[in-house]
Amino acid sequence: MASLRKIKERLTCSAMMMLTIASGLLLFVISLGLLLRSREILEMKPIMELLTSSVWKPGRGEFGFWPFIAGSLWVTLLSALLAVPVSLLCAVYLSEYASRTVRAIAGPVLDMLSGIPSVVFGIWGVLALVPLVKDYIAPMTGRFSSGYTVLTAGIVLAVMIVPLIVHVALSVLRSVGNDLRDASLSVGATRWQTVKLVVLRKAVPGLAAAVVLGISRAFGETMAVIMVAGNVAKAPKGLLSPAYPLPALIANNYGEMLSIPLYDSALMFAAFLLLAVVIIFNIAARLILKKMENIR
Amino acid sequence: MDNSLEISETPHLRVRGLNVYYNGHHALKNISLDIPDKKITAIIGPSGCGKSTLLRTFNRLIDTIEGVKVKGEVMIDGVNIYDPKVEVTAIRRKMGLLSQRPCPLPMSIFDNVAYGPRIHGERGRQNLRNIVESNLRHVGLWEEVQDRLHKPASELSIGQQQRLCLARGLAVEPEIILGDESTSALDPVSSKKVEERFLELKNEYTIILVTHILRQAKRLADYVVFLYMGELIEHGPAAELFANPKESLTREYLTGIIS
Ligand SMILES: Nc1ncnc2c1ncn2[C@@H]1O[C@H](COP(=O)(O)OP(=O)(O)OP(=O)(O)O)[C@@H](O)[C@H]1O
Ligand SMILES: [Mg+2]
Repeated sequence: MASLRKIKERLTCSAMMMLTIASGLLLFVISLGLLLRSREILEMKPIMELLTSSVWKPGRGEFGFWPFIAGSLWVTLLSALLAVPVSLLCAVYLSEYASRTVRAIAGPVLDMLSGIPSVVFGIWGVLALVPLVKDYIAPMTGRFSSGYTVLTAGIVLAVMIVPLIVHVALSVLRSVGNDLRDASLSVGATRWQTVKLVVLRKAVPGLAAAVVLGISRAFGETMAVIMVAGNVAKAPKGLLSPAYPLPALIANNYGEMLSIPLYDSALMFAAFLLLAVVIIFNIAARLILKKMENIR
Repeated sequence: MDNSLEISETPHLRVRGLNVYYNGHHALKNISLDIPDKKITAIIGPSGCGKSTLLRTFNRLIDTIEGVKVKGEVMIDGVNIYDPKVEVTAIRRKMGLLSQRPCPLPMSIFDNVAYGPRIHGERGRQNLRNIVESNLRHVGLWEEVQDRLHKPASELSIGQQQRLCLARGLAVEPEIILGDESTSALDPVSSKKVEERFLELKNEYTIILVTHILRQAKRLADYVVFLYMGELIEHGPAAELFANPKESLTREYLTGIIS
Protein backbone atom coordinates (compact mmCIF):
# COMPACT_ATOMS: atom_id res chain seq x y z
CA MET A 1 0.00 0.00 0.00
CA ALA A 2 2.63 2.43 1.14
CA SER A 3 4.85 1.68 -1.84
CA LEU A 4 1.95 2.27 -4.23
CA ARG A 5 1.39 5.66 -2.63
CA LYS A 6 5.04 6.43 -2.97
CA ILE A 7 5.02 5.48 -6.64
CA LYS A 8 2.01 7.70 -7.24
CA GLU A 9 3.68 10.53 -5.42
CA ARG A 10 6.80 10.15 -7.49
CA LEU A 11 4.84 9.89 -10.74
CA THR A 12 2.81 13.05 -10.16
CA CYS A 13 5.90 14.84 -9.03
CA SER A 14 7.90 14.00 -12.12
CA ALA A 15 4.92 14.62 -14.40
CA MET A 16 4.53 18.12 -13.02
CA MET A 17 8.23 18.75 -13.34
CA MET A 18 8.19 17.64 -16.98
CA LEU A 19 5.30 19.95 -17.76
CA THR A 20 7.08 22.85 -16.12
CA ILE A 21 10.26 22.16 -18.03
CA ALA A 22 8.28 21.72 -21.24
CA SER A 23 6.64 25.12 -20.95
CA GLY A 24 9.96 26.74 -20.20
CA LEU A 25 11.47 24.89 -23.12
CA LEU A 26 8.70 26.06 -25.40
CA LEU A 27 9.69 29.67 -24.88
CA PHE A 28 13.27 28.78 -25.62
CA VAL A 29 12.29 26.85 -28.77
CA ILE A 30 10.15 29.71 -30.03
CA SER A 31 12.93 32.23 -29.50
CA LEU A 32 15.44 29.97 -31.17
CA GLY A 33 13.10 29.30 -34.09
CA LEU A 34 12.55 33.00 -34.67
CA LEU A 35 16.24 33.69 -34.40
CA LEU A 36 17.10 30.98 -36.90
CA ARG A 37 14.53 32.19 -39.37
CA SER A 38 15.80 35.75 -39.13
CA ARG A 39 19.34 34.55 -39.71
CA GLU A 40 19.14 35.48 -43.38
CA ILE A 41 18.68 39.16 -42.69
CA LEU A 42 21.09 39.15 -39.76
CA GLU A 43 23.79 37.80 -42.06
CA MET A 44 23.15 40.53 -44.63
CA LYS A 45 23.11 43.53 -42.29
CA PRO A 46 24.79 44.46 -39.05
CA ILE A 47 22.31 44.25 -36.20
CA MET A 48 22.93 47.84 -35.07
CA GLU A 49 21.98 49.11 -38.49
CA LEU A 50 18.77 47.10 -38.45
CA LEU A 51 17.84 48.50 -35.06
CA THR A 52 18.73 52.13 -35.65
CA SER A 53 18.10 52.82 -39.33
CA SER A 54 14.87 54.66 -40.08
CA VAL A 55 14.62 53.70 -43.73
CA TRP A 56 12.04 51.02 -44.36
CA LYS A 57 12.01 50.25 -48.06
CA PRO A 58 11.82 46.48 -48.39
CA GLY A 59 11.53 46.73 -52.18
CA ARG A 60 15.00 48.28 -52.28
CA GLY A 61 16.36 45.97 -49.63
CA GLU A 62 16.39 48.61 -46.88
CA PHE A 63 15.17 47.28 -43.58
CA GLY A 64 15.40 49.90 -40.80
CA PHE A 65 13.39 48.83 -37.78
CA TRP A 66 13.68 52.07 -35.87
CA PRO A 67 10.25 53.44 -36.94
CA PHE A 68 8.56 50.36 -35.54
CA ILE A 69 10.62 50.20 -32.40
CA ALA A 70 9.95 53.89 -31.77
CA GLY A 71 6.27 53.38 -32.54
CA SER A 72 6.05 50.57 -30.04
CA LEU A 73 7.88 52.58 -27.39
CA TRP A 74 5.67 55.63 -27.90
CA VAL A 75 2.34 53.85 -27.63
CA THR A 76 3.46 51.56 -24.82
CA LEU A 77 4.94 54.32 -22.71
CA LEU A 78 1.94 56.55 -23.25
CA SER A 79 -0.47 53.80 -22.30
CA ALA A 80 1.60 52.95 -19.21
CA LEU A 81 1.74 56.61 -18.23
CA LEU A 82 -2.04 56.86 -18.49
CA ALA A 83 -2.97 53.46 -17.09
CA VAL A 84 -0.58 52.76 -14.23
CA PRO A 85 -1.44 55.64 -11.85
CA VAL A 86 -5.16 55.27 -12.53
CA SER A 87 -5.08 51.51 -12.00
CA LEU A 88 -3.11 51.65 -8.79
CA LEU A 89 -5.30 54.35 -7.29
CA CYS A 90 -8.35 52.40 -8.36
CA ALA A 91 -7.03 49.20 -6.79
CA VAL A 92 -6.15 51.01 -3.55
CA TYR A 93 -9.60 52.54 -3.43
CA LEU A 94 -11.33 49.21 -4.01
CA SER A 95 -9.15 47.38 -1.53
CA GLU A 96 -8.91 49.90 1.28
CA TYR A 97 -11.84 52.26 1.10
CA ALA A 98 -14.72 50.82 -0.91
CA SER A 99 -17.58 49.12 0.89
CA ARG A 100 -18.14 45.43 0.53
CA THR A 101 -21.03 46.05 -1.85
CA VAL A 102 -18.92 48.17 -4.18
CA ARG A 103 -16.19 45.53 -4.13
CA ALA A 104 -18.69 42.80 -4.83
CA ILE A 105 -19.85 44.67 -7.94
CA ALA A 106 -16.39 45.78 -9.07
CA GLY A 107 -14.90 42.29 -9.03
CA PRO A 108 -17.09 40.71 -11.73
CA VAL A 109 -17.08 43.94 -13.77
CA LEU A 110 -13.28 43.91 -13.82
CA ASP A 111 -13.27 40.25 -14.83
CA MET A 112 -15.61 41.04 -17.66
CA LEU A 113 -13.64 44.07 -18.83
CA SER A 114 -10.38 42.13 -18.88
CA GLY A 115 -12.08 39.50 -20.98
CA ILE A 116 -13.34 41.82 -23.73
CA PRO A 117 -11.68 40.89 -27.07
CA SER A 118 -9.21 43.52 -28.15
CA VAL A 119 -10.92 44.00 -31.49
CA VAL A 120 -13.86 45.50 -29.61
CA PHE A 121 -11.56 48.06 -28.03
CA GLY A 122 -10.20 48.72 -31.51
CA ILE A 123 -13.67 49.42 -32.89
CA TRP A 124 -14.42 51.69 -29.97
CA GLY A 125 -11.17 53.54 -30.74
CA VAL A 126 -12.09 53.97 -34.40
CA LEU A 127 -15.64 55.07 -33.72
CA ALA A 128 -15.11 57.30 -30.70
CA LEU A 129 -11.48 58.28 -30.27
CA VAL A 130 -10.36 58.78 -33.85
CA PRO A 131 -13.00 61.45 -34.56
CA LEU A 132 -12.33 63.04 -31.17
CA VAL A 133 -8.63 63.38 -31.90
CA LYS A 134 -9.18 64.45 -35.50
CA ASP A 135 -11.94 67.01 -34.95
CA TYR A 136 -11.23 68.38 -31.47
CA ILE A 137 -7.83 67.57 -30.01
CA ALA A 138 -5.66 68.10 -33.11
CA PRO A 139 -7.33 71.40 -34.11
CA MET A 140 -6.75 72.67 -30.56
CA THR A 141 -3.02 72.43 -31.21
CA GLY A 142 -3.55 74.00 -34.61
CA ARG A 143 -2.54 70.95 -36.57
CA PHE A 144 -4.17 68.57 -38.94
CA SER A 145 -4.37 64.94 -37.98
CA SER A 146 -6.12 61.94 -39.43
CA GLY A 147 -7.06 60.92 -35.89
CA TYR A 148 -5.03 57.72 -36.24
CA THR A 149 -2.21 58.64 -33.88
CA VAL A 150 0.07 57.64 -31.02
CA LEU A 151 -2.38 59.39 -28.73
CA THR A 152 -5.33 57.36 -29.98
CA ALA A 153 -3.47 54.06 -29.71
CA GLY A 154 -2.08 54.97 -26.29
CA ILE A 155 -5.54 55.71 -24.94
CA VAL A 156 -7.06 52.54 -26.38
CA LEU A 157 -4.25 50.46 -24.91
CA ALA A 158 -4.54 52.22 -21.55
CA VAL A 159 -8.27 51.47 -21.41
CA MET A 160 -7.47 47.86 -22.25
CA ILE A 161 -4.83 47.32 -19.60
CA VAL A 162 -6.46 49.25 -16.73
CA PRO A 163 -8.83 46.41 -15.81
CA LEU A 164 -6.00 43.91 -16.03
CA ILE A 165 -3.70 45.87 -13.72
CA VAL A 166 -6.52 46.73 -11.30
CA HIS A 167 -7.54 43.10 -11.17
CA VAL A 168 -4.09 41.80 -10.29
CA ALA A 169 -3.22 44.72 -8.00
CA LEU A 170 -6.48 44.31 -6.12
CA SER A 171 -5.82 40.68 -5.32
CA VAL A 172 -2.29 41.59 -4.26
CA LEU A 173 -3.58 44.26 -1.87
CA ARG A 174 -6.27 41.98 -0.47
CA SER A 175 -3.64 39.40 0.32
CA VAL A 176 -1.96 41.78 2.77
CA GLY A 177 -3.11 40.58 6.17
CA ASN A 178 -5.53 42.63 8.25
CA ASP A 179 -3.25 42.05 11.25
CA LEU A 180 -0.81 44.40 9.61
CA ARG A 181 -3.43 47.09 9.11
CA ASP A 182 -4.58 46.67 12.72
CA ALA A 183 -1.00 46.99 13.96
CA SER A 184 -0.59 50.29 12.17
CA LEU A 185 -4.02 51.68 13.06
CA SER A 186 -3.58 50.75 16.71
CA VAL A 187 -0.67 53.15 17.20
CA GLY A 188 -2.91 55.93 15.94
CA ALA A 189 -2.10 55.96 12.23
CA THR A 190 -4.80 57.19 9.88
CA ARG A 191 -6.13 54.96 7.17
CA TRP A 192 -4.10 56.73 4.50
CA GLN A 193 -0.90 56.53 6.57
CA THR A 194 -1.54 52.83 7.00
CA VAL A 195 -2.02 52.33 3.28
CA LYS A 196 0.98 54.42 2.32
CA LEU A 197 3.49 53.26 4.91
CA VAL A 198 2.49 49.66 5.50
CA VAL A 199 0.10 48.13 2.98
CA LEU A 200 1.71 49.51 -0.18
CA ARG A 201 5.15 48.74 1.15
CA LYS A 202 4.21 45.18 1.79
CA ALA A 203 2.54 44.93 -1.61
CA VAL A 204 5.30 46.49 -3.74
CA PRO A 205 6.54 43.26 -5.34
CA GLY A 206 3.05 42.15 -6.26
CA LEU A 207 2.05 45.58 -7.54
CA ALA A 208 5.18 45.74 -9.66
CA ALA A 209 4.26 42.37 -11.13
CA ALA A 210 0.81 43.73 -11.96
CA VAL A 211 2.33 46.73 -13.72
CA VAL A 212 4.82 44.61 -15.64
CA LEU A 213 2.03 42.35 -16.76
CA GLY A 214 -0.03 45.31 -17.96
CA ILE A 215 2.85 46.92 -19.84
CA SER A 216 3.86 43.65 -21.46
CA ARG A 217 0.30 43.24 -22.61
CA ALA A 218 0.25 46.75 -24.08
CA PHE A 219 3.59 46.20 -25.78
CA GLY A 220 2.45 43.01 -27.45
CA GLU A 221 -1.11 44.06 -28.27
CA THR A 222 -1.76 43.81 -31.97
CA MET A 223 -5.36 44.05 -33.06
CA ALA A 224 -6.49 47.19 -31.26
CA VAL A 225 -3.31 48.98 -32.23
CA ILE A 226 -3.50 48.10 -35.93
CA MET A 227 -6.96 49.62 -36.05
CA VAL A 228 -6.11 53.02 -34.57
CA ALA A 229 -2.37 53.72 -34.77
CA GLY A 230 -2.26 54.82 -38.42
CA ASN A 231 0.48 52.40 -39.46
CA VAL A 232 2.86 54.80 -41.17
CA ALA A 233 6.40 53.49 -41.25
CA LYS A 234 8.01 56.59 -39.79
CA ALA A 235 9.22 57.18 -36.27
CA PRO A 236 6.56 59.26 -34.47
CA LYS A 237 7.52 62.86 -33.70
CA GLY A 238 4.84 63.44 -31.12
CA LEU A 239 1.53 62.37 -29.73
CA LEU A 240 -0.33 63.43 -32.86
CA SER A 241 1.91 61.54 -35.29
CA PRO A 242 0.83 58.15 -36.54
CA ALA A 243 2.75 55.13 -35.30
CA TYR A 244 3.48 51.67 -36.64
CA PRO A 245 4.29 49.40 -33.70
CA LEU A 246 6.10 46.09 -34.19
CA PRO A 247 3.12 43.76 -33.66
CA ALA A 248 1.13 45.71 -36.25
CA LEU A 249 3.99 45.43 -38.72
CA ILE A 250 4.09 41.67 -38.39
CA ALA A 251 0.35 41.12 -38.48
CA ASN A 252 -0.21 43.44 -41.44
CA ASN A 253 2.49 42.01 -43.65
CA TYR A 254 3.14 38.43 -42.75
CA GLY A 255 2.24 36.14 -45.59
CA GLU A 256 2.19 38.93 -48.13
CA MET A 257 4.82 40.26 -50.47
CA LEU A 258 6.83 37.12 -50.01
CA SER A 259 8.38 37.72 -53.41
CA ILE A 260 10.50 40.46 -51.91
CA PRO A 261 13.80 38.98 -50.83
CA LEU A 262 14.56 39.06 -47.09
CA TYR A 263 11.05 40.31 -46.26
CA ASP A 264 10.00 37.13 -44.54
CA SER A 265 13.23 37.05 -42.60
CA ALA A 266 12.80 40.71 -41.58
CA LEU A 267 9.35 40.01 -40.13
CA MET A 268 10.78 37.06 -38.18
CA PHE A 269 13.38 39.40 -36.79
CA ALA A 270 10.61 41.79 -35.74
CA ALA A 271 8.86 38.96 -33.91
CA PHE A 272 12.10 38.01 -32.26
CA LEU A 273 12.61 41.60 -31.12
CA LEU A 274 9.13 41.68 -29.65
CA LEU A 275 9.70 38.51 -27.70
CA ALA A 276 13.16 39.55 -26.55
CA VAL A 277 11.93 42.90 -25.26
CA VAL A 278 9.11 41.33 -23.27
CA ILE A 279 11.45 38.75 -21.76
CA ILE A 280 14.16 41.28 -20.94
CA PHE A 281 11.59 43.62 -19.44
CA ASN A 282 10.24 40.91 -17.17
CA ILE A 283 13.66 39.79 -16.05
CA ALA A 284 14.80 43.36 -15.41
CA ALA A 285 11.71 44.06 -13.31
CA ARG A 286 12.40 40.96 -11.27
CA LEU A 287 16.02 41.92 -10.69
CA ILE A 288 15.12 45.44 -9.62
CA LEU A 289 12.61 44.05 -7.14
CA LYS A 290 15.17 41.65 -5.76
CA LYS A 291 17.49 44.60 -5.19
CA MET A 292 14.75 46.53 -3.43
CA GLU A 293 13.92 43.57 -1.20
CA ASN A 294 17.51 43.40 -0.08
CA ILE A 295 17.62 47.06 0.81
CA ARG A 296 14.48 46.86 2.92
CA MET B 1 -25.46 43.83 41.98
CA ASP B 2 -22.68 45.99 40.59
CA ASN B 3 -19.68 44.15 41.90
CA SER B 4 -17.31 46.65 40.25
CA LEU B 5 -17.75 48.59 43.47
CA GLU B 6 -15.89 45.86 45.27
CA ILE B 7 -12.65 47.01 43.80
CA SER B 8 -11.34 50.03 45.58
CA GLU B 9 -9.16 51.48 42.82
CA THR B 10 -10.51 54.08 40.48
CA PRO B 11 -11.57 52.57 37.15
CA HIS B 12 -9.56 53.48 34.08
CA LEU B 13 -12.10 52.29 31.59
CA ARG B 14 -15.81 52.33 32.11
CA VAL B 15 -18.16 50.31 29.92
CA ARG B 16 -21.87 51.06 30.03
CA GLY B 17 -24.63 49.26 28.17
CA LEU B 18 -22.32 48.07 25.40
CA ASN B 19 -23.90 46.10 22.56
CA VAL B 20 -22.14 44.94 19.42
CA TYR B 21 -23.85 43.52 16.34
CA TYR B 22 -22.08 41.91 13.40
CA ASN B 23 -24.53 42.22 10.51
CA GLY B 24 -27.32 41.60 12.97
CA HIS B 25 -25.51 38.89 14.96
CA HIS B 26 -25.65 40.09 18.56
CA ALA B 27 -22.05 39.46 19.69
CA LEU B 28 -21.94 41.49 22.91
CA LYS B 29 -25.05 41.89 25.00
CA ASN B 30 -25.47 44.86 27.25
CA ILE B 31 -22.05 44.81 28.89
CA SER B 32 -21.40 47.17 31.82
CA LEU B 33 -18.12 46.97 33.63
CA ASP B 34 -15.23 48.92 35.11
CA ILE B 35 -11.62 48.11 34.38
CA PRO B 36 -9.31 49.06 37.25
CA ASP B 37 -6.39 51.40 36.75
CA LYS B 38 -2.80 50.05 36.72
CA LYS B 39 -3.87 46.46 37.13
CA ILE B 40 -3.92 43.44 34.89
CA THR B 41 -7.45 42.52 33.87
CA ALA B 42 -7.97 39.17 32.20
CA ILE B 43 -10.94 38.55 29.93
CA ILE B 44 -11.75 34.85 29.91
CA GLY B 45 -14.44 32.70 28.38
CA PRO B 46 -14.97 29.96 25.83
CA SER B 47 -14.17 30.39 22.14
CA GLY B 48 -16.58 32.69 20.32
CA CYS B 49 -17.95 34.30 23.48
CA GLY B 50 -16.88 37.78 22.38
CA LYS B 51 -13.53 38.34 24.10
CA SER B 52 -11.78 39.70 21.03
CA THR B 53 -14.83 41.72 20.12
CA LEU B 54 -14.84 43.37 23.55
CA LEU B 55 -11.14 44.14 23.29
CA ARG B 56 -11.57 45.65 19.82
CA THR B 57 -14.30 47.98 21.07
CA PHE B 58 -11.82 49.49 23.52
CA ASN B 59 -9.57 50.99 20.83
CA ARG B 60 -12.26 51.18 18.17
CA LEU B 61 -10.50 48.75 15.89
CA ILE B 62 -13.97 47.28 15.69
CA ASP B 63 -14.75 50.19 13.34
CA THR B 64 -12.67 48.57 10.63
CA ILE B 65 -15.02 45.61 10.37
CA GLU B 66 -17.77 46.10 7.86
CA GLY B 67 -21.37 45.89 8.89
CA VAL B 68 -20.62 46.18 12.57
CA LYS B 69 -22.82 48.27 14.88
CA VAL B 70 -21.81 49.41 18.35
CA LYS B 71 -24.24 50.80 20.90
CA GLY B 72 -23.50 52.02 24.40
CA GLU B 73 -20.57 53.79 25.97
CA VAL B 74 -16.92 53.15 26.59
CA MET B 75 -15.44 55.90 28.76
CA ILE B 76 -11.72 56.52 29.04
CA ASP B 77 -10.59 59.41 31.23
CA GLY B 78 -14.20 60.51 31.36
CA VAL B 79 -14.60 60.70 27.56
CA ASN B 80 -16.95 58.42 25.67
CA ILE B 81 -14.81 57.12 22.84
CA TYR B 82 -17.89 56.50 20.69
CA ASP B 83 -18.79 60.17 20.82
CA PRO B 84 -18.83 61.32 17.16
CA LYS B 85 -16.68 64.31 18.10
CA VAL B 86 -13.86 62.12 19.33
CA GLU B 87 -10.90 61.61 17.06
CA VAL B 88 -10.25 57.91 16.54
CA THR B 89 -6.50 58.21 16.10
CA ALA B 90 -6.16 59.97 19.43
CA ILE B 91 -8.10 57.19 21.15
CA ARG B 92 -6.05 54.49 19.50
CA ARG B 93 -2.71 55.93 20.45
CA LYS B 94 -3.77 55.75 24.08
CA MET B 95 -3.76 51.98 23.71
CA GLY B 96 -1.02 49.63 22.69
CA LEU B 97 -2.27 46.51 20.98
CA LEU B 98 -0.51 43.17 21.06
CA SER B 99 -2.20 40.70 18.75
CA GLN B 100 -2.24 36.95 18.76
CA ARG B 101 0.46 36.42 16.19
CA PRO B 102 3.40 38.81 16.18
CA CYS B 103 2.96 41.25 13.38
CA PRO B 104 6.09 43.24 12.59
CA LEU B 105 5.60 45.98 10.01
CA PRO B 106 7.52 45.44 6.75
CA MET B 107 10.47 47.61 7.76
CA SER B 108 13.54 47.56 9.97
CA ILE B 109 13.56 46.88 13.71
CA PHE B 110 14.34 50.54 14.34
CA ASP B 111 11.57 51.77 12.03
CA ASN B 112 9.05 49.46 13.66
CA VAL B 113 9.54 51.10 17.04
CA ALA B 114 9.87 54.57 15.52
CA TYR B 115 6.73 54.05 13.43
CA GLY B 116 4.24 55.42 15.95
CA PRO B 117 6.27 58.42 17.09
CA ARG B 118 6.97 59.34 13.45
CA ILE B 119 3.27 59.10 12.62
CA HIS B 120 2.63 61.57 15.40
CA GLY B 121 5.19 64.01 14.10
CA GLU B 122 8.44 63.18 15.89
CA ARG B 123 11.28 63.97 13.47
CA GLY B 124 14.35 64.54 15.65
CA ARG B 125 16.92 61.84 14.92
CA GLN B 126 18.34 61.80 18.40
CA ASN B 127 14.89 61.79 19.96
CA LEU B 128 13.85 58.85 17.83
CA ARG B 129 17.03 57.02 18.71
CA ASN B 130 16.32 57.55 22.40
CA ILE B 131 12.71 56.44 22.06
CA VAL B 132 13.73 53.30 20.20
CA GLU B 133 16.42 52.41 22.70
CA SER B 134 14.36 52.99 25.82
CA ASN B 135 11.38 51.06 24.51
CA LEU B 136 13.50 48.16 23.34
CA ARG B 137 15.08 48.10 26.79
CA HIS B 138 11.65 48.23 28.31
CA VAL B 139 10.67 44.96 26.65
CA GLY B 140 14.07 43.36 27.24
CA LEU B 141 15.05 43.28 23.58
CA TRP B 142 17.78 45.90 23.42
CA GLU B 143 20.69 43.62 24.24
CA GLU B 144 19.56 41.14 21.60
CA VAL B 145 19.08 43.56 18.72
CA GLN B 146 21.19 46.65 19.35
CA ASP B 147 23.73 45.74 16.68
CA ARG B 148 21.16 44.97 13.97
CA LEU B 149 18.62 47.74 14.40
CA HIS B 150 18.46 48.37 10.68
CA LYS B 151 17.83 44.79 9.67
CA PRO B 152 14.28 43.80 8.65
CA ALA B 153 12.13 43.01 11.67
CA SER B 154 10.98 39.83 9.97
CA GLU B 155 14.42 38.33 10.60
CA LEU B 156 13.78 38.17 14.35
CA SER B 157 12.50 35.03 16.04
CA ILE B 158 8.77 34.84 16.70
CA GLY B 159 9.23 35.54 20.41
CA GLN B 160 11.49 38.51 19.68
CA GLN B 161 8.98 39.80 17.14
CA GLN B 162 6.24 39.76 19.75
CA ARG B 163 8.35 41.78 22.15
CA LEU B 164 9.21 44.15 19.31
CA CYS B 165 5.49 44.64 18.71
CA LEU B 166 5.05 45.43 22.37
CA ALA B 167 7.83 48.00 22.12
CA ARG B 168 6.17 49.49 19.05
CA GLY B 169 2.94 49.87 21.00
CA LEU B 170 4.70 51.38 24.00
CA ALA B 171 6.57 53.91 21.87
CA VAL B 172 3.48 56.09 21.47
CA GLU B 173 3.18 56.32 25.26
CA PRO B 174 -0.19 54.67 25.67
CA GLU B 175 -2.08 54.44 28.94
CA ILE B 176 -3.52 51.01 28.33
CA ILE B 177 -2.08 47.84 26.86
CA LEU B 178 -4.44 45.45 25.12
CA GLY B 179 -3.37 41.88 24.50
CA ASP B 180 -5.41 39.36 22.53
CA GLU B 181 -4.02 35.91 23.36
CA SER B 182 -0.64 37.51 22.89
CA THR B 183 1.38 34.53 23.99
CA SER B 184 -0.54 31.79 22.25
CA ALA B 185 1.76 31.70 19.22
CA LEU B 186 4.92 31.70 21.33
CA ASP B 187 7.07 28.94 22.75
CA PRO B 188 7.03 28.53 26.57
CA VAL B 189 10.24 30.47 27.13
CA SER B 190 9.13 33.41 24.98
CA SER B 191 5.67 33.35 26.60
CA LYS B 192 7.28 33.58 29.98
CA LYS B 193 9.34 36.57 28.88
CA VAL B 194 6.25 38.36 27.62
CA GLU B 195 4.35 37.53 30.81
CA GLU B 196 7.21 38.95 32.87
CA ARG B 197 6.98 42.17 30.87
CA PHE B 198 3.29 42.43 31.62
CA LEU B 199 3.88 42.04 35.35
CA GLU B 200 6.53 44.71 35.21
CA LEU B 201 4.50 47.08 33.04
CA LYS B 202 1.43 47.06 35.24
CA ASN B 203 3.09 49.57 37.53
CA GLU B 204 2.78 52.13 34.75
CA TYR B 205 -0.03 50.85 32.56
CA THR B 206 -3.50 49.45 32.74
CA ILE B 207 -3.30 46.07 31.06
CA ILE B 208 -6.19 44.13 29.56
CA LEU B 209 -5.48 40.62 28.36
CA VAL B 210 -7.70 38.19 26.54
CA THR B 211 -6.64 34.67 27.33
CA HIS B 212 -8.01 31.19 27.00
CA ILE B 213 -5.36 29.76 29.30
CA LEU B 214 -6.83 29.74 32.80
CA ARG B 215 -3.46 29.17 34.39
CA GLN B 216 -2.14 32.28 32.68
CA ALA B 217 -5.06 34.30 33.97
CA LYS B 218 -4.33 33.00 37.46
CA ARG B 219 -0.66 33.86 37.15
CA LEU B 220 -1.16 37.38 35.87
CA ALA B 221 -4.56 38.79 36.58
CA ASP B 222 -5.61 41.09 39.39
CA TYR B 223 -9.10 41.36 38.01
CA VAL B 224 -11.08 38.90 35.91
CA VAL B 225 -13.95 39.30 33.48
CA PHE B 226 -15.86 36.19 32.46
CA LEU B 227 -17.91 36.28 29.25
CA TYR B 228 -20.23 33.60 27.97
CA MET B 229 -22.10 33.75 24.65
CA GLY B 230 -21.75 37.50 24.47
CA GLU B 231 -22.93 38.12 28.00
CA LEU B 232 -20.97 39.32 30.98
CA ILE B 233 -21.52 36.59 33.53
CA GLU B 234 -19.22 37.65 36.31
CA HIS B 235 -16.34 40.00 37.02
CA GLY B 236 -14.32 40.74 40.10
CA PRO B 237 -10.93 40.58 41.77
CA ALA B 238 -9.04 37.53 40.56
CA ALA B 239 -8.43 35.86 43.90
CA GLU B 240 -12.10 36.09 44.77
CA LEU B 241 -13.46 35.02 41.42
CA PHE B 242 -11.16 32.03 41.14
CA ALA B 243 -11.66 30.94 44.77
CA ASN B 244 -15.42 31.18 44.97
CA PRO B 245 -17.22 32.15 41.81
CA LYS B 246 -20.73 33.42 42.42
CA GLU B 247 -22.31 32.14 39.23
CA SER B 248 -22.69 28.49 38.41
CA LEU B 249 -21.62 29.14 34.79
CA THR B 250 -18.34 30.57 36.00
CA ARG B 251 -17.81 27.60 38.27
CA GLU B 252 -18.51 25.22 35.41
CA TYR B 253 -16.10 27.06 33.16
CA LEU B 254 -13.36 27.15 35.77
CA THR B 255 -13.68 23.45 36.45
CA GLY B 256 -13.67 22.66 32.76
CA ILE B 257 -17.25 21.43 32.44
CA ILE B 258 -17.93 23.96 29.71
CA SER B 259 -15.26 25.15 27.36
N1 LIG C 1 -16.01 39.94 11.54
C1 LIG C 1 -17.04 39.23 12.04
N2 LIG C 1 -18.17 39.11 11.34
C2 LIG C 1 -19.22 38.40 11.81
N3 LIG C 1 -19.23 37.79 13.00
C3 LIG C 1 -18.12 37.86 13.77
C4 LIG C 1 -16.97 38.59 13.33
N4 LIG C 1 -16.01 38.49 14.28
C5 LIG C 1 -16.56 37.74 15.26
N5 LIG C 1 -17.83 37.37 14.97
C6 LIG C 1 -18.71 36.58 15.82
O1 LIG C 1 -18.85 37.20 17.06
C7 LIG C 1 -18.74 36.27 18.11
C8 LIG C 1 -17.63 36.66 19.06
O2 LIG C 1 -16.40 36.58 18.36
P1 LIG C 1 -15.00 36.89 19.05
O3 LIG C 1 -13.97 36.83 17.99
O4 LIG C 1 -15.11 38.14 19.82
O5 LIG C 1 -14.85 35.63 20.01
P2 LIG C 1 -13.63 35.25 20.97
O6 LIG C 1 -14.20 35.15 22.34
O7 LIG C 1 -12.50 36.16 20.78
O8 LIG C 1 -13.29 33.80 20.46
P3 LIG C 1 -11.86 33.09 20.38
O9 LIG C 1 -11.51 32.66 21.76
O10 LIG C 1 -12.12 31.92 19.49
O11 LIG C 1 -10.90 34.07 19.80
C9 LIG C 1 -18.55 34.91 17.48
O12 LIG C 1 -19.79 34.25 17.46
C10 LIG C 1 -18.10 35.21 16.08
O13 LIG C 1 -18.59 34.25 15.19
MG1 LIG D 1 -10.52 35.95 19.93
